[in-house]
Amino acid sequence: MAIETVQVPRPSVVPAAPHRLSRKRWFTEIGWRHVVGVLAVIYAGFPIVYVLSASLSENGTLTGSNQLFAQVSGLNYAELNDTLFWTWMGNTLVIAIVTAIGTVLMGAAAAYAFSRFRFTGRRGGLTALLIIQMFPQMLAFVAIFLLLLGLGNVVPLLGLNSTLALICVYLGGSLGVNTFLMYGFFNTVPRELDEAAKLDGASHAQIYWTIILRLVAPILAVVGLLSFIASFGEFIIARIILQSEGNWTLAVGLYGWVSQRLDANWGLFAAGAVIAAVPVLILFLFLQKYIVGGLTAGSVKG
Amino acid sequence: MSSPLLPQMHDPVVALPPETPRSRRAARRVLRDADGGHATNFSRGFVVKLLLLAMIDALGVYVVMAAWGQGSFGILWSMVGLLVGANYVYFSKRALPMKYILPGLSFLLVYQIFVILFTGFVAFTNYGDGHNSTKADAIEALLIQNERRVEGSDAYPLTVLADGDELAFAIVTSDGDVRVGRAEAPLETIDEAEVDDDVVTAVPGYEVLGRQAILARQSDVTDLRVPVSSDPADGSIRTQDARSGYVFISTMHYDETTDSMTDALTGTVYTPNDDGQFESADGATLAVGWRVLVGFDNFVKAFGDPRYSTPFLKVFAWTVAFAALSVVTTFLLGLFLAMVFNDERVKGRKIYRTLMILPYAIPGFLAALLWSGMLNTKFGFVNQILLGGAEIPWLTDPWLAKLAVLGVNLWLGFPYMFLICTGALQSIPGDVLEAAKIDGAGGIRTWKSVTMPLLLIATAPLLISSFAFNFNNFTLIYMLTGGGPRFADASVPLGHTDILISMVYSISGVDGNAAKDYGLASALSIVIFVIVGTISAIAFRQTRKLEEIN
Repeated sequence: MAIETVQVPRPSVVPAAPHRLSRKRWFTEIGWRHVVGVLAVIYAGFPIVYVLSASLSENGTLTGSNQLFAQVSGLNYAELNDTLFWTWMGNTLVIAIVTAIGTVLMGAAAAYAFSRFRFTGRRGGLTALLIIQMFPQMLAFVAIFLLLLGLGNVVPLLGLNSTLALICVYLGGSLGVNTFLMYGFFNTVPRELDEAAKLDGASHAQIYWTIILRLVAPILAVVGLLSFIASFGEFIIARIILQSEGNWTLAVGLYGWVSQRLDANWGLFAAGAVIAAVPVLILFLFLQKYIVGGLTAGSVKG
Repeated sequence: MSSPLLPQMHDPVVALPPETPRSRRAARRVLRDADGGHATNFSRGFVVKLLLLAMIDALGVYVVMAAWGQGSFGILWSMVGLLVGANYVYFSKRALPMKYILPGLSFLLVYQIFVILFTGFVAFTNYGDGHNSTKADAIEALLIQNERRVEGSDAYPLTVLADGDELAFAIVTSDGDVRVGRAEAPLETIDEAEVDDDVVTAVPGYEVLGRQAILARQSDVTDLRVPVSSDPADGSIRTQDARSGYVFISTMHYDETTDSMTDALTGTVYTPNDDGQFESADGATLAVGWRVLVGFDNFVKAFGDPRYSTPFLKVFAWTVAFAALSVVTTFLLGLFLAMVFNDERVKGRKIYRTLMILPYAIPGFLAALLWSGMLNTKFGFVNQILLGGAEIPWLTDPWLAKLAVLGVNLWLGFPYMFLICTGALQSIPGDVLEAAKIDGAGGIRTWKSVTMPLLLIATAPLLISSFAFNFNNFTLIYMLTGGGPRFADASVPLGHTDILISMVYSISGVDGNAAKDYGLASALSIVIFVIVGTISAIAFRQTRKLEEIN
């Protein structure tokens, strides 16, 4: 823990200004780093450049997409309108957004209780959470399938082939992991703040909604984001639960295109992939700083 | 865990704030007063709470009634339990913490804890194709499957009816009564029906189908089976020509007192065996069985039956190798890049960083699908353009496919490692490095004895969780190679790049490519649970040990 509380300046070994270095020395000390950087950027970026070019290619096949930017046309994007792509995009966004909001609301509430109240079973509950988050829900996909089969007989809305059912499953799976993440952050908000509010006559609900939630906003953003990204790209459970084509998510639908007729559907896939990557990419770039924090705090991208 | 970039996390168990009885009492008193004021004043919050609970109760009661109608008592009692719990928690003054925990807890209970326990249960059953349901369902299915037309029985004049999309039959009995029934509703006498010369012309609530309509739905009509009564032993009415119906009676007969099936044609007697099937004295079994507990059979099958154990061992070895190598390669590349850019004199580091994390910002499934096209042997970008027309079978040769999977995962994963290594490097205190320098340590010595240990302390838990994540990286494998190329010698649909989770997916049969075997799949899931759980537990203890060093 000690390491976390020490705030130190970054190591600055050479205080001298760079422009005073001779050319040769500049290269051996700094210049080569730019060479590495450019190579790394090319490595990271060339598939992305390729998919952009393929999405703009006119003939839409795998073979025809190899020459980078040989043609530039919006044909593939226009053709997406004849497919279920936009339906899938809508489904995916609805599922990911609702899951993210639900995870944040319920996870934050539970973290608040564990962080602020002292009750019997609290330690047991925390330990249980810790153990539960070690078991990925995805592994129980057979049991999830069977559970929804049974639930669907009673309430079709909670059974197979229902978006709502998928959201419920995602919510159940993400709470174990995220509650713990939030709990750690809630503990860093000084208790004196809510005790002062309590003395001023605020109820527990007022303290929660008006004081605590505002102070923990960064972790709410991280959890919401991670949950959004995780459910945006989740495949195995979505594939099992959503059976009719109109209910598919992007992951299931695009996989269908590529696995069925790789060559012929390539242009469509490339265009779809570019559009599908945009929301996540934007979120990522704007919230880079938060995400780095969330990642290193113990969760991994799903 | 220790970068200035990060939110400051407390160690979950070590840092629980101290609990004193006094503070606890005081807190409880204050909270109870606040809560009491809340509930009696009919404030806005209380009204909202009341409305929300009323809605939840209404939905819950609907579920309970639907479950009652379907006879699903497990769902019924769980729902009653949740409803009673919710109402108690939100109207009692004593359950304050639960008010915040319950919403999340109920989802966690149903969709995480229950499914894990249920996986454990299914692992000990033979649930799967041929053993799909209860014994009563299996008996009914057997009786229906073995129905034959009773030789020499009378033909009933029959009319095909429709109620919306659902078909029904109306027959005229020898007494002149009209009886109507559908697939799910046995025959009933309807007095209001109109009959003209033994042909039913109108039945209230139904539409009489004409010739054209019948032709259009010919196969539906010939497939329709209308039970004579609610007892499957009484047989059913079926038709071939949509004009005359015949009674079909099962050649099988189930005797409840002896719990046995008798085939009336051959006289063979079938009795239930331990595997949940009816078996005759000479060992022949009937096709439809029911699910029973089979003890450790599934585990024995996974480890003992060479059809499963040989691929299982190969898949297991590859899973461990894949997860470990993925972590090592991504970590090394990420660390190298982090070191290269951990120098303030390099200009444009932010731009480099933003461009380099692009692969990480792209949803994993898109990246895997994209690479599967780029690595295509004949038309892919890598072979055609980068390698000048070579035809290297990246995804279809056993070893190259493994290399390709690791290569793609390196591309996907190095930005993550780059980010966390950068964070960890920047959080190493400058005075420690300075002290090492003053003590006379050179660059390499400082790196080996100071930087590296501190870096590992900070990143070890993340490396282990990355290992656990890749251990179950289903999306990458399934989208990139689909587990292929197939093992040449295995009867089960598994391949050289299958990892345990994709093996479970293939064996479970939920994708419809193989026979369903939920029992075996669940047993394998349990094995993975144990492995992943052990890894996480070790990781957790290790983390605490490493932190004690500080």
